[in-house]
This record gives sequence, C-alpha cells and structure tokens, in this order.
Amino acid sequence: MNDLLWLIPGLPFAGAVILILTGTRLPRKFVPWIGAGSVGLSALITLFVGFDFLTASPTIQSFQQVLWNWVDVAGFSAGIAFHLDALSLVFIFVITFVGFLIHLYSSEFMIDDEGYARFFTYLNLFVGSMLILVLADNLLLLYFGWEGVGLCSYLLIGFWYLEEKNGYAARKAFIITRVGDTAMAIGLFMIFKTFGTINIMSIQDQAPQVWAIGSSEATLIALLLLGGAVGKSAQLPLQSWLPDAMAGPSPVSALIHAATMVTAGVYLIARTHVIFELAPTALFIVGVVGSLTLLIAGFSALTQYDLKRVLAYSTISQIGYMFLALGVGAWSSAIFHFMIHAFFKALLFLAAGAVIMALHHEHDMFKMGGLKKKLPVIYWTFLIGAASLAALPLVTAGFYSKDQILWLSWAGEKGNNWFFMAALVGAFITAVYTFRMVFLTFFGEAKSHVSHVPGSMITIPLIVLAILSTVGGFIELPHSFGHVQLITDFLNPVLPLTSIRPGIESTEWVIQLAAAALSVGGVFLAYFLYVLRPSLPGQIKNSIPQLHNFLLSGWRFDSLYDWVFVKPFVWLATINKNDLIDWPYNGLVKVADFFHRILAFTQSGILRWYLIGVVVGAILILTLGIWL
Amino acid sequence: MILPGFIVSLMLGGILSWIAAKKNLLYARWISLLTLLANFIVAIIVWIQNPMNSGSDSPWMLDFSVAWIPRFGISFHLALDGLSLLMLLLTFFLGTLAVLISWKEIQSRVGLYHFCLLWVLAGITGVFLTMDLFLFYFFWEVMLIPMFFLIIIWGHENRRYAAFKFFIFTQASGLLMLLAILGLYFVHGNQTGIYSFDYFQLLGTELAPNIAMWLMLGFLAAFVVKLPVVPFHTWLPDAHSEAPTAGSLILAGLLLKTGAYGLLRFIVPLFKDAAMDIAPWAMAIGVFGILYGALLAFSQTDLKRLVAYTSVSHMGFIMLGVFSFNELAAQGVVMQMITHGISTGALFIIAGFIYERTHTRDIRQMGGIWKKMPFLGATALVFAMASLGLPGLGNFIAEFLTLVGAWQTSHKLTILATIGLVAATIYSLRILQKVFYGTQENSHELNDLSLREKMIMSVLVISILWLGLFPQPVLNTSKESVKAMLQLQSKTEAKTLQPVTSVKVFSTKQEGSYE
Repeated sequence: MNDLLWLIPGLPFAGAVILILTGTRLPRKFVPWIGAGSVGLSALITLFVGFDFLTASPTIQSFQQVLWNWVDVAGFSAGIAFHLDALSLVFIFVITFVGFLIHLYSSEFMIDDEGYARFFTYLNLFVGSMLILVLADNLLLLYFGWEGVGLCSYLLIGFWYLEEKNGYAARKAFIITRVGDTAMAIGLFMIFKTFGTINIMSIQDQAPQVWAIGSSEATLIALLLLGGAVGKSAQLPLQSWLPDAMAGPSPVSALIHAATMVTAGVYLIARTHVIFELAPTALFIVGVVGSLTLLIAGFSALTQYDLKRVLAYSTISQIGYMFLALGVGAWSSAIFHFMIHAFFKALLFLAAGAVIMALHHEHDMFKMGGLKKKLPVIYWTFLIGAASLAALPLVTAGFYSKDQILWLSWAGEKGNNWFFMAALVGAFITAVYTFRMVFLTFFGEAKSHVSHVPGSMITIPLIVLAILSTVGGFIELPHSFGHVQLITDFLNPVLPLTSIRPGIESTEWVIQLAAAALSVGGVFLAYFLYVLRPSLPGQIKNSIPQLHNFLLSGWRFDSLYDWVFVKPFVWLATINKNDLIDWPYNGLVKVADFFHRILAFTQSGILRWYLIGVVVGAILILTLGIWL
Repeated sequence: MILPGFIVSLMLGGILSWIAAKKNLLYARWISLLTLLANFIVAIIVWIQNPMNSGSDSPWMLDFSVAWIPRFGISFHLALDGLSLLMLLLTFFLGTLAVLISWKEIQSRVGLYHFCLLWVLAGITGVFLTMDLFLFYFFWEVMLIPMFFLIIIWGHENRRYAAFKFFIFTQASGLLMLLAILGLYFVHGNQTGIYSFDYFQLLGTELAPNIAMWLMLGFLAAFVVKLPVVPFHTWLPDAHSEAPTAGSLILAGLLLKTGAYGLLRFIVPLFKDAAMDIAPWAMAIGVFGILYGALLAFSQTDLKRLVAYTSVSHMGFIMLGVFSFNELAAQGVVMQMITHGISTGALFIIAGFIYERTHTRDIRQMGGIWKKMPFLGATALVFAMASLGLPGLGNFIAEFLTLVGAWQTSHKLTILATIGLVAATIYSLRILQKVFYGTQENSHELNDLSLREKMIMSVLVISILWLGLFPQPVLNTSKESVKAMLQLQSKTEAKTLQPVTSVKVFSTKQEGSYE
C-alpha cells in the first residue's frame, strides 16, 4: 500500500487533467464523476494507506516515496518525494474526506453554472496541491503545494469572473498571501544556507545540533516561516483578504477558506516545530499573533450582516486559536482543533451556502429568518455545527478541542494568563456571534421566500459532517473525565507532548467549568438580544456608530493598507507611466533635432544666400588672417 | 560540419524563400518552416547523442574551425557546448513558432519577411556558436539589421521611431564592444606575440586591472543594452510593442538572451576579476531593474508594452544571477534564459492573437475575453502564472535557483529581488483581470483559436510545464559549461575551457600564417 502513496495527490491531478483536455465536450453529468470520483478514490486510498500505516510495526514512523529527482544543482537538491507520518496522515485524511464531501455537494450546488467543468478542474487542482503540500518531504515541494493552493484559491474566489468585485477579491487574496510567501521563501534561502539541504527530516535532525536554544538565526528563520503562515492562514497582520474571499462559491469557502488551505500555516509551523522550539521568542510571537487575531476577528464577527462574512471572521478567529495552541507548544491540540474545525466549519459553510441558494443569493442575515421550518435538515445540521463552533459543553466536538487549548494556554509550560484571558474572552464572543447567526437566520419571522429546496447531494454531506462534528470530539477527552487521548498519542512520534506547569493538574475542571459557563452564557446573551429583545441590537449599534463601523470594516485594516501600500504604489506607477528614464534619451534626440533644423535651414537652395555666405565667410577669414 | 550547417542552412533558406515567394507565398512559408524544423530536429539529435554527466571533463561537444583572414588571426571558429546547445534549441524552437504565427498575420512582402526572419535567426545562431570575437561581432550585426527591417516594414503605427531607436541603441553599444574586442586583441598580441581573435586564445589573458575594467565595460555596454538593464532599457518597450508578433517573439525570446549569453560567455570568463569588482553594483542595478520594470509594467495600458516591461523586470534576475558568481545562480540564469524566452514569447503571441481579432493593444478596451475565447484565456492564465513564478512552471525553477544563489552573495539584494515576486504577482494578475475577466466592453467578433493557433499554444504550455516539472535534463546539459566558466581564473585553468581538438590545429595555423 506504501507504493500507492503517490496516487493520493496524483488522482485529483489526473482528474483535473482529464477535465482540462475534454473541456466542455464532456457531457455535464460525467463531470462530477471525474471531479468528485477522483477525489473519492483518493480518499479510499488514504484509508488503505492509513490502515497500513497504523498496522505497520511501531518502529516504522513514516512512509517514503520518491517519484523523481526534481532539481539538483550544486547541492541544492529536491525531489518530487513524499513523506507520510502521523501529522501528514491527519491532514490527508481531512483533505480527502472533507474534500470529497464538498465535491459531492458541489455536484448539485453548481449544476446550473456555465463553468461546471472549470469549477471541478480548479477544485481538483486545489485538492491535489493541498495534498502535495502536506505530503512533501522537502521544503521546495512544500512550497510548490503552497503556491498551488494559492493559485487555486485565487481562481476560485474569482470564479464568477464577470463581476469586477470578485476579481478584486481574488487578486487581493493572491497578492496578500504572496507577501507572506515571500517571507517564507527568504526563510527557505536561509535554511538552505545553514543546513545545505531543504529536506524537512534532515533539517529536523540537524537543527538541535546547529543551533542553541534562542539562537538569533533560528528565531529569524522561524519568524520568516511565520510570515508565510500568517499570510496563508489569514492571521494578523495579513488577515484582511479572507473576508473578501467569500466572493467565491460557497463550496470553495468551505473547502479552501475554512477547512483546508487556510490551515496550511498551522501545518507549516507544526511541521517545522523543531525550529520553533529552538526559538522561544518566535514561538511566543506565534501565540501573541494567535490570541490577538482571535479577539480582533471575533469582535468583527459580532457586527457582520453577511452570513458568509460572519463565518469568515469566525474562521480567522478559530485559526487564531490554533496559532495560540502552537504558540504554547500544544502541538497536538492545534492539530486536533484543526480537524474538528474542518468538520464543523465546512458544515457551516455548506449549510450557509444552501441557505443562500434557497433564498436567491441573499447574503444578509437580517433579511433571512424563520427558516427553521422551511429548511429543517439545513437547520438541524447548521445548529449542530454552530453548537460545535460555540463549544457547547459535553455534546459537541468543538468543546473538547477548544477546551484543550484553553487549558494548555494557561497550564502549559509556555502558557500565561494573558493568553488564557484572550482565549476565554474569545470563547464567549464565539458563542455570541455564532448563535446570533443561528437566531437571525432560522428563528423569528420569515423575511424572504424560499425558492429552492436542496436535494440529497447537498443534504448527505451536511449530515455526515454533522455527525463528525459531534462524535469527532470523543477521540480526545480531558484528564478530568474519560481521559482518552487518541490524537495526542497518535501524533506523539512527530509532535512532542506539552509539559504542564507542576501542581495544577487538579484545577483543570475549574477551567472546563468556566469555559462551559461562558459558552452557554454567550448563547443566552445572543438569545436575549436577537430573540427576546430584537430591537436592542439596533439601539446599541446606533448609540456607538463609530465603533460599529470600525468593527464592521474589520478594524479598518483595509484602509490602513490602502493608504500605506496601495495608494503610494499606484501613485508611483501613475506618475512614472511614461518612464522617466526615457527623458534624457529623448532630450538627446531633441538636441540633435535642434542642430539638424539649424543646419537644414542654411541649405535653402537660394543662390543669393549661398553667395552671401561665401562672401561673409571670405571676409571673416581674411579679417582673421590680417589680425592674426 | 553540423555547426556551420546550422547557420548556412538558415541563410540559404532565407534566400530561397525570398525567391520562392515570387511564385507562391505558401512556398516561402513552407521553406522557412521546414528549414527551421530540420535545424530543430538536428539540434535535438545532437542533444540526445551527447549525454551529459558522461564523465568527460570538457564541456565542449562539437568544434569547427577554418582560417578566414589568417593575417589578422581571424578564423571561422564555431564550437558547441551545453550552454550554446540549449540556446540553439531555444532559437530553433521559437524560430519555428515565429514562422507559424506569421502564417496569417503577414500578408505583404512575404518573401522578404521570411528572408529577414531567417537571417535574424542565422545571426542569433552565429552569436551562440562562434568562438572568434571578430566573427562574434559580425554575427552581432547580422542579427541587428534584418531585425531593424522586420520592425520598420511590418511593425505597428509607430514603427519608424521604434526601429531607429532600437538600431541606434544596439549599434552604439555594439561599437563600444568592437572597441573592447580590438583592445583585447592588441593587449593579448603585445603580450604573447600571437595576434588572434580566438576566444580560447584570449581566455586568461593577463590584464592590468584598469585595462581589464575598461575592456570589460566595453563588452558590458553591448550586453546590458541588449539584455536590457535599467537605465538602458528604453529601446525595448518601443521595439517590442511596435514589432510584428513574430518580431516581438524573437526580440524577447532570443535577442535579449544574446545579452545574457554574452555576460556568461565573455564577461565572466574573460574579465573575472574586473567583473567581481563591479559585482555588487551590477547586482544592485539588476535588482533595481526587477522592481522598476515591474512598477512600469503595472502602469502600462498597451498590452505589448506591458509585456515588454515585464521582460525588463525578469532580465534583472539575469544580472543578479550572473554577478552572484556561483553555480546555483548561474544555472538559474540559464533556466531563466530559456523559460523567459518561452513564457514571454507566449505572452506576445497571445497579445498578437488578440490584436488580430480586436485590432487594439489597449487593455482598457479589452475585458471579458475569457467568455468568448476560453482556450486563449486558459493559456494566458498559464503564462501569467509563469511570469509571476508559480512552482510547476519553468520560470519558478529559474528564479528560485537565482535567488538561492544570490542569497549566498548578498542578503539585502536578494530580499529586494524576492519582493519583486510580489510585484510580478500584481502586474500578472492585472493582465488577467483587464484582458480576460470582467464583462466585454465592445462587441468584437471573437473566435477562439484556430487549430494552428491552438497547436502553437499547446506546444508552449507543454514546454513550460515540462521545464517546471523536469528541469534536470536542461540543468545537466549546462552544468559543465557553467562550472567551467565560473572556475576559470588563470591561464592555466583556462585549459579546462578549451576544446580538445581545435586548439592545436588552430594555433599552428596561427603561427604559420602570422610570423
């Protein structure tokens, strides 16, 4: 089964190639068979390989497969080679399975779209690139996948290319993430200079010998990698592209801008955790970035009108939690939360997409309402997803994954009170905005007409994801009850355990209680504001309009970047459109032209002028001759 | 006999198609096409027959030398190593495409057109093959003059201005190179008593530092104008945007590469110390070009002019790479020469296809083309991505290797050059948005590509993908040449660069004839 590894990313690519070659000639009904089918097969092979991996002897910690030698110049060598270990297995599992469900969903969701085949082509390219990213055995191949998913994200945000604003959102996403990628590329140059290799495993082995803890070089490299991670994962300060990325079709938001691609940053940091552990300052900054982002995005989510934008800000915020977990060295908690988040956030986006489709592309939650009865399946699945996002205690998977982060942000050796406070406040806000969304959309009076009731290709993925969002949490139960830690144990060969500050294990239940209370309290507040007193939010909004607009616009990051980067760049480009450097050359031409005119003037063809010239010249010469 | 065969066949093919055009225009087209295809196939055979890494320490594969003007030590000396082989492959490949894209576009003076086209290509082939500096200068001029006619006869509205500007820039800088060639000739002659223009003789000439600097600047003048390096680039946007499509293709794909080739072949081995002295400045100016070209590309509204400025930007990587003086960067430069030739050539072809249909190059009047021409849109997407350096396409390998290599030399400049990747993203995405996305402003009849056009684009897409996924055969081919050129330091080491066969033959002739 080991040999089949290459098929996992290979099949989606093959699907994309078939779709490109057959183009529009392929009958519409075959398109999803190739698009979703190839990803489905890939998911099956993941199962086989995963089973093989789990049953292999415990001494084998990873599978390797080298396809061919990609680049090999003067010691800089990178192969198209895959490395499967526990960490990548979790990722490929989520990517192929959630990916397959979303493909299934898309087969109905996009059925009337003109670019049906094009959509599946891009989606397949995305899944293939994402799998390359997490399976790469060297940083150059990882970068290949990294940029590949960036491209697909760009293509899919701008999928409906007829509208100018979609194109704008797509370009914004690509350019901002490219800024992060640039930092990451520089990090790669430094890594190669230091280690003479870009193979991830060799770097991991060598790093502890090359650097002492706290080495400035390690810190710098870690920060550069973090630069790449914050770009792709939409964290502070490069988060502003993600809300606009919602211009893409809903399955895209679910797959790329919630479940998989945006967590690539989490993967990168977890993958290079050895470097980060040697750079405590950088690791601390990861935690700071995470906690600030989760708060900033959470507050913005409270004010949005657009259903998908709430989810976008919520994604930024939840990835903030993952970064916070990484920052305190709770590696496996970050991966656990990634997995659970992939389930419930994909679910929420897909359900939101179904709602929006049912209401004729209405995005504004305040124009929805009362959908509970009309779209029961959507309502219940959305509710389950929302409960998981809000981390309602005991019954939801989100509770277990988030609880672990809360606990370790305080109790972990690298944790501190500030991180913990941020996580706690974030948990409360999350519950509020999540149930604000639920109550506005599904409760109250119906304000829009339901025109389309989703079919089984849409509801089946929702139900499967709803189940996963519930039972997914039980694979990892806290110490205080149950004490199951399948994920942590599974990841342990790759990611080290988090050590806990001594003497506080017993307080874990206090934290759980606080988290549970905050989450239930948040739901209640949302219920109070949007069901019991629906006029109150408007009053609050009107009393502090500036703050409201500030949060609505995502803390004005867009205007800031517009002033600092976009406007100067455009200004410079505009004034220099005709290339100032050409001026001296044109000046030279003008000078030559000037003399040309003067001399041409003397050649008038009039005999009298010539005669005068001759006479004057003769006189001049004679005078000069006499004088000298 | 293969080496002179390349050049002679192109020149003869040019004359033949000029004559044949009097009977039937199609004859002219077919003769050019077949000539180039034949050359391309021969070059591929040479490539297959000379596997690299075979253990031989000499990078040279073929050598041809006859005395031409023995009195002055001028010989008709051609030699082929991995680098020139790659350049020949690129020349014949793009040459073939140039004939194909002119199939419908060129309808006036078809015979003369193909004559000029093949003679430009002959000149370029000569430049890539010749190992005699006098002959090098000769071919340098051979490629200039027919190109001038290609622009001035078959170009767009402002072609006169563009053609003269191109001619004067290239000619003026070429004369400086001629002076430097003569200077080197006399310095070497005075020192050794052997007056020769032969490259292998001149290698490792001991030069006083200030003389070396001046001679190098002479060579450099010709190459940086051709490349072009900011601030000597201003001929390029005019020439590229006014030339016919095939002209732009050859300008961007091949003529610029002769500058890059000159840097690698002459500046680095002949004047290593002087070049290393100016290396920080040269790298800095290259980086400035990367950013400056990108900024200008962003502001252009003429599609061909826009693509021309992207060339300025990409050629900055060549300066950066060459003057980093290490194998990684130099291999990146070789890749950049090839991949940029293909990707920018493709963008010019796309601009040409759009111009044929809409009769405009103004991107403000375009938009929404994807809807009517999805095939063209998809290929444009590929090459826009190539231009911004997406992994999986050849340009990524080129730029990444250059940057990794440059990092070993200068951190600050590499960081600035890497920022160029963001700038490249901005202008590349702008092309896609303005031209292909959005809704259509005017109601042109837009037919998607014909079979001939589809074939051209498919071949280009496949080659750029192949270079991105399997670059190693190309890198292996140039490996020994690049290594030899970089290692060269003194006369004794120069031996590694010498072809085994020719030196003796040549030097005996030399002595016999001159003394």
